[in-house]
Amino acid sequence: MSHASLSDKRPGSSLRGATLPKWFPWATAAGSIVLGIGISAVAGLDSDIQWGLIAAILFVLGSYAIAAKVEGRRQAKDRVATSLVWVAFILAVVPLASLIWETVRRGVKVLDGYFLTHSMGIVGDKEPGGGIYHAIIGTLEQVGLAALISVPIGVLTAIYLVEYGRGKLAKAVTFFVDVMTGIPSIVAGLFILSLWIITFGMGYSGFAGSMALTILMLPVVVRSTEEMLKLVPNELREASLALGVPKWRTILKVVLPTSIGGITTGVMLAIARIAGETAPVLLLVWVTPLINTNPFSDPQASLPVYIYLQYANSGGAGAAYDRAWAAALVLIAFIMILNMAARGIARWKAPKTGR
Amino acid sequence: MAKRIDVSGLNAYYGSFLAIEDISMTVEPRSVTAFIGPSGCGKSTFLRTLNRMHEVTPGGRVEGKVMLDDENLYGAGIDPVSVRREVGMVFQRPNPFPTMSVYDNVAAGLKLNGKYKKSQLDDIVEKSLKGANLWNEVKDRLNKPGSGLSGGQQQRLCIARAIAVEPNVLLMDEPCSALDPISTLAIEDLIGELKERFTIVIVTHNMQQAARVSDRTAFFNLAAVGQPGKLIEIDDTERIFSNPSVQATEDYISGRFG
Repeated sequence: MSHASLSDKRPGSSLRGATLPKWFPWATAAGSIVLGIGISAVAGLDSDIQWGLIAAILFVLGSYAIAAKVEGRRQAKDRVATSLVWVAFILAVVPLASLIWETVRRGVKVLDGYFLTHSMGIVGDKEPGGGIYHAIIGTLEQVGLAALISVPIGVLTAIYLVEYGRGKLAKAVTFFVDVMTGIPSIVAGLFILSLWIITFGMGYSGFAGSMALTILMLPVVVRSTEEMLKLVPNELREASLALGVPKWRTILKVVLPTSIGGITTGVMLAIARIAGETAPVLLLVWVTPLINTNPFSDPQASLPVYIYLQYANSGGAGAAYDRAWAAALVLIAFIMILNMAARGIARWKAPKTGR
Repeated sequence: MAKRIDVSGLNAYYGSFLAIEDISMTVEPRSVTAFIGPSGCGKSTFLRTLNRMHEVTPGGRVEGKVMLDDENLYGAGIDPVSVRREVGMVFQRPNPFPTMSVYDNVAAGLKLNGKYKKSQLDDIVEKSLKGANLWNEVKDRLNKPGSGLSGGQQQRLCIARAIAVEPNVLLMDEPCSALDPISTLAIEDLIGELKERFTIVIVTHNMQQAARVSDRTAFFNLAAVGQPGKLIEIDDTERIFSNPSVQATEDYISGRFG
């Protein structure tokens, strides 16, 4: 009986309901943007953010109202969820896209071969000319040294935690890695400053900066490597052990090759994270307008500090201002290239499934 | 080549939990011994104690004696790594190494253990793949990834990998449970051939399979969940399936279990 009463409520076919056309979301989006701009113009709001927010709210509410009317409440809820995801996506992408657009637009002004291959030398703060060769060398050496120290330590720590660590020591290591993840970069810089420069009496050098960067990079490498090693199925370890392969060779020849793509990605992301660090580098490496290829003595330049100083000296316009943007563009490009290299390596090394 | 296994008074633990209790049995060389019994009764755990894989599980611990001919696998100074070279294992789910080609998968046990000449390796790989009835299917794609094979082929690849290191005993933990009937048949035929050279122990949930492939069958059971699993009886397969001496075995085989 209940079946009959249920189907009585649904006229016609119960499987087919009214649907809005495919272009409905686009039309709603366009309509709400026009309305948003209209409302802002009438109300005299002049900020881009204000009409954008009004349009976003109109879009979400509008899709719900129209869909509820035509399609029913369940479909309307589905549309609201979809439109919320889209709004969140756009909110995330807009700043990123505008950041890249602004950097490229302002950065290309002075970015050329000369800029990449010359140092600041005796170029005055506000004079045009000069370049970032010294800063590129400094950043590459400092980041390279930091990676050279923290990648072996980090990967080995992760191997210990995943493959060997049991009990209190492993728990303590995990805890300290977590704590290290939260260390602000300036604190890492102050720690090395008090230890290396004040207590040991060493001078400013690229290496001092590398040590602070190592502190920042290490936990990221440990964490990401740990996650990647945990993804390796236990069956593979057992298969290898059951062949009479010792544990260390199993790790070296089976576990690491299986996860090397992910580990490389993690390391590259960690490098990208420290390449933009300014505070500890400013504290420990100091700056120089000259080329210093030796990271173990005397101040070195680096891209983030270069950007900061050029901007600080510029007063918001002029040659130094343009140089700051161009250096920022180079730094972003450097990190992007690293990311793309990481993706390439991950794809190249990923376990193959082809027939 | 093939060796006899003699187990006496074996207990296996996970932490403080006693998983199997007081197991004693003899596994004859050049024969197939099947383990049957309900899930959770400790068949696989017992199988893994025979090549010291049980202790790879965190908390895994074993008491008792497992004699391989005249050597106690749990005696003082025994290296589990050498034990596993003598007693090979094939797992429930095919697990070829995903980063390695078909060739490297078969050669893995040898390559990872020492230096071999290329020609030597070529011979062993061909011999092992032929031994696993896989050579004709993969001889033209030896350098393709092993994970690109079908499930049944992957399992035979794992068998080839296990026999390439020339073990004395081959343990198989439900080797056909993830395979279709045709692949299962291929593996059962293969087991029949392999028993000429190896001592084979196979865990299976498939009663017909146990009846088809094995010479002797051991029935395991547990009194209740949380209780340790025990060996109920071991006898010639024919006898177990026609006239078992314990009522519980007959109940289980005829489906009157539980």
